[in-house]
Amino acid sequence: MIGAARAILRKDVQIELRTKESVPAMTLFTLTVYVLFHFGLDRDTLAGALASGVLWVTLLLAAVIGVSRLFAAEREQGGVDGLLLAPVDRTALFVAKAAALFLFLCAVELVAVPAFTLLLLGPGLGAAFPELLAILALGNLGIAALGALVAAIAAETRARELIVPLLLLPLLVPLLIACAQATEPLLRQDGGPEDLARWLGLLTLYDVVFVLLSVAVFDFLLED
Amino acid sequence: MVAPRVAEVEAAAGQHIRAGALEAAPHLVAVVDHEAEVARAVGTVGLRHLGEHEELVTHVEERHARHPAAQLELEQPPVEVEGPLEVGDLEHHVVDPDQARHRSSIGFAAMEPAIELDGLERRYGERVALAGISVTVPAGATLAVLGGNGAGKTTLLRVLAGLLRPHGGSARVLGAELPRERWKLPGKVGYLGHEPLLYRELSGRENLGYHARLHGVAPERVDHMLRAVSMDTRADDPVRDLSKGMIQRLAAARALLHDPPLLLLDEPRAGLDPGAAEQLEPLIGRESGRTRVLVSHDLDWALSEADLSLGLRDGRPAPAGRELYR
Repeated sequence: MIGAARAILRKDVQIELRTKESVPAMTLFTLTVYVLFHFGLDRDTLAGALASGVLWVTLLLAAVIGVSRLFAAEREQGGVDGLLLAPVDRTALFVAKAAALFLFLCAVELVAVPAFTLLLLGPGLGAAFPELLAILALGNLGIAALGALVAAIAAETRARELIVPLLLLPLLVPLLIACAQATEPLLRQDGGPEDLARWLGLLTLYDVVFVLLSVAVFDFLLED
Repeated sequence: MVAPRVAEVEAAAGQHIRAGALEAAPHLVAVVDHEAEVARAVGTVGLRHLGEHEELVTHVEERHARHPAAQLELEQPPVEVEGPLEVGDLEHHVVDPDQARHRSSIGFAAMEPAIELDGLERRYGERVALAGISVTVPAGATLAVLGGNGAGKTTLLRVLAGLLRPHGGSARVLGAELPRERWKLPGKVGYLGHEPLLYRELSGRENLGYHARLHGVAPERVDHMLRAVSMDTRADDPVRDLSKGMIQRLAAARALLHDPPLLLLDEPRAGLDPGAAEQLEPLIGRESGRTRVLVSHDLDWALSEADLSLGLRDGRPAPAGRELYR
């Protein structure tokens, strides 16, 4: 299973590096939204809950773009048939797609977080950076697990562009709450980790639930 | 009356045994394809006369040549057949009983079936795509599926590949009862359909390498298949830059990469020039010795390739012939 998942992931990364469809679009969207907030809120700097909310809502909306494109090559070029004809555990497809989305989100955040800091953030991250990295990693994992599941559901429907945001965003609400609440103290002037362990625990629980749920149902999603 | 002859032959992986071995060897070999004289299985063989033709009669237990160092030996007692089989014994599947090739398919009657469909049904919502499909395809035989557009040919191939669930009747493919045992099929079927199942942004070599990893096939096999379809010189070009014929050759290489015993071919010569079609012949043609299900609108070619035929009209069986297209 691991070998097959690695092969699928490698193929997805190769295709993304050549087409440059998902990551550049997600990054550009994120930067545009931060610029819009910069001018729309008419404030030079943000801090605390507002900053945390802007950071995470923007990242989640950018994730919708990535999730919508996650099965594009499979859908348009018969990749799912190729996988079903191979002696491969279907869970490998879920693992590979979730891993690809996780990597894409990390790549977007490499640009988006510094841009957010420059354009909107007042206090600067400073010593809170390691904690933010942990929150981003757990947040990305949850988005990736749920995103791969929703992408597989949407891939078989006609109105997939509608299905992805309609399914994904409501299910991401608990993750948004946990990520925003965990990040909020880090973005305050007097910032420091506050209840961080509790929110990280909730994020971990969310990730575990959606990884297990996705593994359990993914097989059935690929049935005709 | 059959005079059974037997031969004992050792076969290395992938080796074919010529029918000529029968003359020298004292034990048993089964000849699956009379015309190509290719042996791929274990069984009893005898010679009998059918009109002017000498017929090889086989009783076969499947033993695919892919098995490493397969030992072909006598596992069944010689079969005694009383007199020649009548063409009518072969039900309605014989394409043209007057052609010697199709008379040779009489030998398949005693063989282990690769595909057994009985009253197969498949629907898309309320629309019936296939109904009442019953056919038995012996191992090593070729079934031509004929019919006009929308007759259900591609649906049938996808059901046989395990990509679509049958909704009624029974379907058994390579010993796997569908859909219950669908998990047994992956890796045993070579599917060459309308879509090449290749990623446009990747090169031919990358595409085959990807499928080789999925199938657990040695990487050297990729180069072998690229050479076999004469795509080794363009192997590193992205698929999107290749012509339709080149993509079809790569798709054939992809379908054969894992050396499947069953080939499902949907218009396999689409986009191929005569030279390329000839080049693919040993791989996907009768010479390959594989069980094949062949869909083509080229009626004459399909029938010349087939041992059995199945006509479809609106998803239901119909006499195979030109009237299917009227």
